[in-house]
Amino acid sequence: MFNKKEIVAMLLAGGQGSRLYALTKQIAKPAVPYGGKYRIIDFPLSNCINSGIDTVGVLTQYQPLAMNDYIGNGQPWDLDRNTGGVHILAPYQSQQGAEWYKGTANAIYQNLSFIERYDPEYVVILSGDHIYKMDYSEMLRYHKEKNADCTIAVLDVDLEEASRFGIMFAHDDGEIYDFVEKPKEPKSTLASMGIYIFSFDVLKKYLTDNENDKREDNSKDFGKDIIPMMLADNKRLYAYRFDGYWKDVGTIDSLWEANMDLINPNIPIDLYDPTWKIYSRNPVMPPQSIGKNAKIQNSMVTEGCTIDGTVDFSMISDGVTIEEGAVVTDSILMPGVVVKSGAVVEYAIVGENSVIGENAKVGERPENVENRDEWGVAVIGHEITISNGAKIKPKEIIGENK
Amino acid sequence: MSVNMKNVLGIVFANMHDMTVESLTQKRTMGSILFGGRYRLIDFPLSNMVNSGISNVGVVTKHNYQSLLDHMGNGRSWDLSRKTGGLHILPPFGSNESTLYRGRLEALYGAISFLMHAPQEYIVMSDCDVVANIDYRPIVDYHIESGADITVVTSTGKLSAYETKQSTFMTVDSQNRVQDVLIHSGLEGTGALNLNMYVVKKDLLLDIVKSNISKGLYSFERDVLQAKKKELRIMSYDYQGYFRQIFSILSYFNANMDLLDVKNCRTLFNTSSPIYTKLKDNAPVKYGLDSKVTNSLIADGCVIDGEVENCVLFRGVKIGKGSVVKNSILMQDTVVGENAKIDYAITDKNVVVSNDRNLSSSETFPIYVAKDACV
Repeated sequence: MFNKKEIVAMLLAGGQGSRLYALTKQIAKPAVPYGGKYRIIDFPLSNCINSGIDTVGVLTQYQPLAMNDYIGNGQPWDLDRNTGGVHILAPYQSQQGAEWYKGTANAIYQNLSFIERYDPEYVVILSGDHIYKMDYSEMLRYHKEKNADCTIAVLDVDLEEASRFGIMFAHDDGEIYDFVEKPKEPKSTLASMGIYIFSFDVLKKYLTDNENDKREDNSKDFGKDIIPMMLADNKRLYAYRFDGYWKDVGTIDSLWEANMDLINPNIPIDLYDPTWKIYSRNPVMPPQSIGKNAKIQNSMVTEGCTIDGTVDFSMISDGVTIEEGAVVTDSILMPGVVVKSGAVVEYAIVGENSVIGENAKVGERPENVENRDEWGVAVIGHEITISNGAKIKPKEIIGENK
Repeated sequence: MSVNMKNVLGIVFANMHDMTVESLTQKRTMGSILFGGRYRLIDFPLSNMVNSGISNVGVVTKHNYQSLLDHMGNGRSWDLSRKTGGLHILPPFGSNESTLYRGRLEALYGAISFLMHAPQEYIVMSDCDVVANIDYRPIVDYHIESGADITVVTSTGKLSAYETKQSTFMTVDSQNRVQDVLIHSGLEGTGALNLNMYVVKKDLLLDIVKSNISKGLYSFERDVLQAKKKELRIMSYDYQGYFRQIFSILSYFNANMDLLDVKNCRTLFNTSSPIYTKLKDNAPVKYGLDSKVTNSLIADGCVIDGEVENCVLFRGVKIGKGSVVKNSILMQDTVVGENAKIDYAITDKNVVVSNDRNLSSSETFPIYVAKDACV
C-alpha cells in the first residue's frame, strides 16, 4: 500500500493549561513561547522528525488558532510530505453528531480513521506539554525487542515528587505489573512521561472497548482507563527508562524553571547540538543589535532584539526591545516585549508584545520579600501595557489591561 | 498609474563585480558573500523583488555557484517556490547560447530562451553589489511615466576619485535624462552613481541583446548606456534611501560596520519589507557568565563567553573565555578559543582561532582570514 507507514505519532495538543493562567488565555499550552524562539510543541515535533517519524497527527481543541497558524503545512519541521506529514486534527461533526474530545483516549479514538489511512504497526502517543529531547526510534526498538503491546516511557523521579505523576511498578526486565495514578503515598519512583508506544491492533481494541464501557467514572483517559484495563488483561506492558532532561511545563513555576534550565550550564539540555536540532517556525528578523550601554550575562537572547539595558539570568525571545537604563533579571520575556528605560523586571514572565512602561517595576527578588509565602514569579499576560512608574507585586498575575 | 507587478520579470546577476572583492569570492559568487550577520548579498535583490510583488525571478550565474545553489534551494525562503514563475537558476551551459560570458549582454544572451518564454512585459535587473531595502514599484511606474527606454537606478551625490574609479556614474539633464556615462573614470565630482539596477521593456532588451551580440559587443554599460545615450531615452531614477555599495574589501567591512548604528539596521531590516534569507534553525545566542558585549550585531546560534565590541558575528560563532574581539566581522561558525585577541579582522566561514592567538590590524586595512583556515 502506497500510504503505509510503520509508525504514526499522535500528539495531544488540545490542553488548555489552566495553571498557566494569563499566558494561555488565547493560546493552547503547547503553543506557549518557550526558550527564546520556540514553542513547547517544537520539542515533540522535532523529536518526531529526528527519530524518523514523518507522520504526525496534532490533536487540537482549546484555542486552536495560534496553533494552526504556527504549524501550517509543517515545513519548519520538515513535515510537509507527499504522504504523511503533519495534520491538525480538530474535533469534527459526523453522522452520529458532533463531540468534543472527552479525554486523551477518546481524542485518539475519534481519530482512528486518520491512523488507519497509514495502516501502521505502531502508534506513539505524545503530549504537547513537555520539554525533552528523546529518540523515539530507540523506544520503538525496545518495544519490538520486548514484543510489547504497550511501552511507556518512564523517568526515575525523587520519591517526594512521585505523587504528582502516574507511577509504574516494573520487574527488573522492565515489565510493568502495576500502575497508580498520582499516588498519595508513592512506593515506586518510576514516573510515566505520558509517552506511549502501542502496537496498533492492541490500541484499537482497547480504545474501542473503552468507548463501549458505559460505567459512570470512565474518563476515557490513557492513564486512568486504558493502561489499567490492559494490566487487568495481563497484556505485555513495558517501562522504557529515559534518563535525559524532561520537564513538564504545566505551571508558572515550572515554565519559569524550564526556561532557566536552558541558561544553566549544568543542566543537560543542549540546543546547540547539530545532530538533534530543535526546529521552529523562525521569525524573519535581523540579528540582535546590542547597544553601547548593554550589559548581558548568563542569558539567552534571540534575533530581532534591540538591547541597550542590563540583562542577567534571563530568557529574551525574538523582537524584544530593552532600552537604556532598563534592568531585566531572572525573567522570561516573550516575543515582541518592550521594556522602557528605567524599568526593572525581576523574577517575572512577560507575555508576547507587552510593554513595560518607563520606571515601572515588575516582580521582586525573593530575598527582598519578608514573608516568603507572598513571593512568587510575577506574570504579565500577552498584549498588556504596564504604565509608567507602575508597580507589579511578586506572584501577581496581570491578565488584562486596566 | 500603477503597474501590475505580475507583469515584471526579475533578473539577478550573481557574479557581476566578483573581482572587486576577490578574497571573498574565492569560493563563492558575489551574490553568496555573507553580509550583516545572517544574510548573503543576493538576499537583498531577491527580497526587494519579492516585496515589490515580482514573483518570477531568474538568477544568472557564471562560476563558483555551488554555495549560491545551496543558499537558494528551491527559493522557498523568499516565497519563490511557485507553480507559476518562482526562482529560476540560469547557469552557463544551461542552454545552447549560454557560455562563460564576458559581460551583461552575453549573460543575457545566455538566458535568452528563458527571457523569451517569460510572459512578463517588463524586466527589473539587479546585481548583488548594493545593500538596500528598495521598492521597485515606484521605479517601474517612473519608467513607464517618463517614457524611458531604459531606467537606471542611481544615487546622486558627491563622489570621490576612489569611488568613481570603482564604479560608474552618470551626468543627467534637468529631466533626469542621462547625458553622459563615465565608467571607472577616477574623476572626482557630483554625479548619479549607478546602483546597477535597471528597468527595461523585455522586447527592447531582447533587441538590444541580439543586435549587440551579432556585432561581438557584450558590455551593457559601454556598448548600450554609453554608446546609445542619444538614440535611447535613458532615464536616471534618483534613489534617496539608505544603501551601501560594495566595491572593495574595505567598503564591505564598512557596510557591515554601519549596521552597528541601530538606525541603519532598522532601516535596512524593517518589518514591513523584510529581507529574507535561508533559515538555519539556530538556537538563541547564549551569553555566558563572563561575557561582555557592546555595540555589536549578533546572529542566532552564537555562544559568547568572552568580550565583544564593535563586531558583526554571524550565525554559530563561538567566543571562548578571556578572548577579546573588537572591530571585526566573524562569519558563520568561526570559533575563537580562549584568551585570544582579535582587532580589525574579517574571518570567513569555519575559521578557527586558537587559544592565546593575537590577530590585529587597523581600520584602513582589516586582515582577512580565508574560509576553513586555522589560525
